[in-house]
Amino acid sequence: MSKNHVSTTINGEPVEFLCETQQTLLDALRDELQLTGSKEGCSSGDCGACSVIVDGRLVCSCLMLAVEAEGRTIETIEGLARGDVLHPVQQKFLQAAALQCGFCTPGLLVAAKALLDRHPDPTETEARYWLAGNLCRCTGYDKVIRAVLEAGAEMRGE
Amino acid sequence: MTVIGTREHLKVVGTRPIRPDGVDKVTGRAAFGADLALPGMLVGKVKRSPHAHARILSIDVEKARALPGVKAVITAADLPEIPSEESFVGEGPMNFRDLSRNCMARGKALYEGHAVAAVAATSGAIADAALDLIEVEYEPLPHVLDVEAAMAADAPLLHEDLFTQGVEPAPSQPSNIAKRIQFSLGDLAAGFQAAEVVLERRYTTRPVHQAYIEPHACVASAAADGQCQIWCSSQGQFMVRAYCAKLLDMPISSIRVTPAEIGGGFGGKTLVYLEPLALALAKQSGRPVKMVMTREEVFRATGPTSGAAVEVKLGATRAGKITAAQAVLKYQAGAFPGSPVQPGCMAAFAMYDLENVSITGYDVVCNRPKVAAYRAPGAPIASFAVETCLDELARTLGMDPIALREKNAARDGTRTAYGPTFRDIGYVETLQAAKDHPHLRTPLGPNQGRGIASGFWFNVGGESTAEVHINEDGTAVVVSGNPDIGGSRASLAMMAAEVLGIPVDRVRPIVGDTSSIGFSFLTGGSRVTFATGMAVVQAAEEVVSELTRRAAMIWDIGPESVEWTDGAAVPTGAHAGKFDPLPLAAIALKAGRTGGPISAKASINAQGAGPGFATHVCDVEVDPETGKVTILRYTAVQDVGRAIHPSYVEGQIQGGVAQGIGWALNEEYVYDGNGRLENPGFLDYRVPVASDLPMIEAVLVEVPNPRHPFGVRGVGEVPIVPPMAAVANAIHAAVGVRMTDLPMSPPRLLAAIERAGR
Amino acid sequence: MSTLSYTSPTTVEAAVSALAGANGGAKVLSGGTDLLVQLRSGRSRPEMFVDVKRIPGLIGVREENGGFVIGAATPCVLIGEHRALQQAWPGVVEAARLIGSTQVQGRATLAGNLCNASPAADSVPAMIAARATCTVAGPSGRREAPVEAIATGPGRTSLARGELLIEFRLPKRPPRSADAYLRFIPRTEMDIAVVGAAVNLTLDPSGTCTEARVVLGAVAPTAVLVPDGAAALVGRRLDSDTLSRLDAAARRACVPITDKRGTIEFRTQVAGVLARRAATIACTRAGER
Repeated sequence: MSKNHVSTTINGEPVEFLCETQQTLLDALRDELQLTGSKEGCSSGDCGACSVIVDGRLVCSCLMLAVEAEGRTIETIEGLARGDVLHPVQQKFLQAAALQCGFCTPGLLVAAKALLDRHPDPTETEARYWLAGNLCRCTGYDKVIRAVLEAGAEMRGE
Repeated sequence: MTVIGTREHLKVVGTRPIRPDGVDKVTGRAAFGADLALPGMLVGKVKRSPHAHARILSIDVEKARALPGVKAVITAADLPEIPSEESFVGEGPMNFRDLSRNCMARGKALYEGHAVAAVAATSGAIADAALDLIEVEYEPLPHVLDVEAAMAADAPLLHEDLFTQGVEPAPSQPSNIAKRIQFSLGDLAAGFQAAEVVLERRYTTRPVHQAYIEPHACVASAAADGQCQIWCSSQGQFMVRAYCAKLLDMPISSIRVTPAEIGGGFGGKTLVYLEPLALALAKQSGRPVKMVMTREEVFRATGPTSGAAVEVKLGATRAGKITAAQAVLKYQAGAFPGSPVQPGCMAAFAMYDLENVSITGYDVVCNRPKVAAYRAPGAPIASFAVETCLDELARTLGMDPIALREKNAARDGTRTAYGPTFRDIGYVETLQAAKDHPHLRTPLGPNQGRGIASGFWFNVGGESTAEVHINEDGTAVVVSGNPDIGGSRASLAMMAAEVLGIPVDRVRPIVGDTSSIGFSFLTGGSRVTFATGMAVVQAAEEVVSELTRRAAMIWDIGPESVEWTDGAAVPTGAHAGKFDPLPLAAIALKAGRTGGPISAKASINAQGAGPGFATHVCDVEVDPETGKVTILRYTAVQDVGRAIHPSYVEGQIQGGVAQGIGWALNEEYVYDGNGRLENPGFLDYRVPVASDLPMIEAVLVEVPNPRHPFGVRGVGEVPIVPPMAAVANAIHAAVGVRMTDLPMSPPRLLAAIERAGR
Repeated sequence: MSTLSYTSPTTVEAAVSALAGANGGAKVLSGGTDLLVQLRSGRSRPEMFVDVKRIPGLIGVREENGGFVIGAATPCVLIGEHRALQQAWPGVVEAARLIGSTQVQGRATLAGNLCNASPAADSVPAMIAARATCTVAGPSGRREAPVEAIATGPGRTSLARGELLIEFRLPKRPPRSADAYLRFIPRTEMDIAVVGAAVNLTLDPSGTCTEARVVLGAVAPTAVLVPDGAAALVGRRLDSDTLSRLDAAARRACVPITDKRGTIEFRTQVAGVLARRAATIACTRAGER
């Protein structure tokens, strides 16, 4: 069986890889590109641990075929920080202790970044509904939401 | 042992530094069980029974073996037959023979999802194809799913050799009842005689899963000389090593287990499922084998906690003194004996000072996955029943629910029904703090109600080893053997830093593998900050002694004339003021010339774990036309001993509350008539999502545990114990309906509201 | 082992050709949020995916003749961002915006939601209530069909081999018209609808309902139009008597099942409740327009 050749942009860099048709974008990120920051929690789009941003939209990478990434722009958790400068959401998650086991954290951070990029001043309720697709079993979401709201405030320069 | 320092003198403990593994976790660098790849690695997959109960007549693997790309195939025939040996596996009782048969079925499939064979192949697709080529001949048998059905005389029998223990005379016929236990105190009959009000109620709960977001994952490799390595996500690398060695009949020293970061455990990763299989496949193929469960497999084949039927009978005077308390707890264990009915029995009335108590427990098998520990195993179920019954008692007596609990509260010196006497506990303090909290004065609207419930957990100590090494530049490394599931690395570093007197960012905590650090009991039982912390403190104190000795050598004075203050050696006594303080870094620099590397090790079996208590307040709003419940506000007050890192203590409380709310409202296993699970995924196994919950107020009450150098009590498990009753009591306050069956999902609540005629 | 292939045509004709030529083994891939889950679980074993997202015109919302045209492969998140559409058809938009999580919203499409033909599909009752139609392209050319003609049962559609949806059309609205969609789920998000209710109505200046459509979801093999529900509303003001009749009509129209998401009794009861509540919201909205 021949593989598909995919050219895409990941975290600002041009990337090429080979994949089988049934491989999801998550499979390709983790197994072909060794970008293991995005996690597999359920493979059915119900947990959000695999969240990435494609052409500016938050998606579950387990719900996209790798071949659909052709020509697209993809942002993963690995691209959130710039060198050793953390993104405000990453910084706030650390300060607010918004993670425990850390498994859902990459997905949550990507989702939070997508939220603040599009809605810079969300209410607590808006943040909760936006992040409803990111399951966390450790934190009860309290510190996560606080961290996201604080990151938003910082990004707005408050 | 005295508690180190009062709060005012602590410099590190009680602060909130960034956790040492934090940056890796927010950048995606942290390596979890499925993140490792080794050269030549194969993918392993498991074939699972489609039947809830069946004899396995034959398994033919030849076609699978012949498929190109398949490098190993195993069934029970390829694994040693393990003899019966009762033990404590993970966090509960289990027989090693049962553990082996749970990992790979032998003779019988006992639940849908039970592993019957496994393969390793060069790709996942080939492994899946190989599984399809394995031919298994089953003889399906009648199955039984629920605890009381399984106890019936004519229930389908799971094990021909299971005879109920704890019953006199011992039964001559096997049954599904593995064990009966009994705890008693005083004279129950007299106690009920003295009661002016008696309440007798029955409660039922369904199995719920720990639902960690990370599925089980491991990589195993085996060299030709028998030296094996396992990399896995688990709550205890020493446990994985021991169980793999036992199940594969290998010396413990030939297996090295490295703990990956773990994506949630809550007790569900305190035993093995994949690791022995991966190791067997690695040995057979001569290549590393990676095995990762799908979410569906996690639900079909790994331990949820028990479903149960609980009967509670309470007797009290009109003034609110409980004169008699009785409970019967029937817990289902899944396919093999070992439910947490015993801790459930022990915890049921532990919050109360009672003279006359009787608690009976039954451990019952049925055709479901083997139950595994889930955060305070056994206690949430028992407390749902008892705390709901107490709420009803309070209302019957016209008493405030907190006042009723205060009147009967366990205090210092209370004798428990299961044996020990409580010392230095903080239950009453949590009741007081709940009473004082502004939450209780928040007004409620229509269809809104407030519920109160309390909780308890023993917490354990146990074996831990820790090493503290001083580096040449005066930084320190703390090595211990407990996977970090809640932020314990941060707390261990903080305690070491406090003792050494240096900033916490100069202390690096490491979780070592089984060959790099001495034995540690697993991460669970809310024990790591307590027990491993104790070992860390002991080792750090030995290092401090050594540092003062080296300073004395450098100054050429007696070591009794040197003290350690603020991270430096200071001369005292006759030599006071004669030398400038010598900081740790300066001593470290001279370590080679003063005797060699400076480090210390402590291997302990920590005693004196202090039990934890909590009181929770929950406000709900019920939509009476649909039965939907909204959690409006939640306050969890807990005695935490001393909060080493308050943010992570709060986090444990908030996380436990969220799990309890899910257990209360929507989580359950749904089976079809064939005993097959209908909701093995996060779509229909409904854990709380971010929009389901409000902010969770965690109130930390500190009644230090005098048996730990910093006063630590375990905190992680208590928080899941009260929420189900707190929510149920709030629902009753809101719409006048008393729910006795979990979960209180909308169809059940609406039906109850309709029956009550609202 | 999988021999799944993938093609991403740039014209409708090429897509039709690929679908028709694959002996029934080809599936349209738009959002993929149902299809990929089914692929993974083994419920669906296609031989080919025909990705329609690169065909011009299949993604986007535009106004036309006072109504709206929505490309079949438009992700729900774009539908939610179209102000004019949201103004005119708040029920359709809120229904589309209820499908799945934020992540799913970034991919899921109305065509996928309709053609996946789950009885509980969130967007379908509102689209039927709105009298939406769809353009179907196939080997014999293009045809228009009402949305309610597409799903024929759980997982089944009336589409012939080689056919795919190109776009949806929403008609021009008379004044004082509005719609609303409500669904019942046990949590606040992330659940498949246990019951869905859509109401689309028009009021006259005195607040009397002059026309209405009531559609229920998740209570029958496909979304079910409730003519008795409309009859309960038309010619009346929305008072408690009207709402009672609507509730009863909704209940009578239900033929639900008991499954892991709800019982027959529960679904029936809640259908009545949601129909009432959706009608109330639609009425309030219509009064404001």
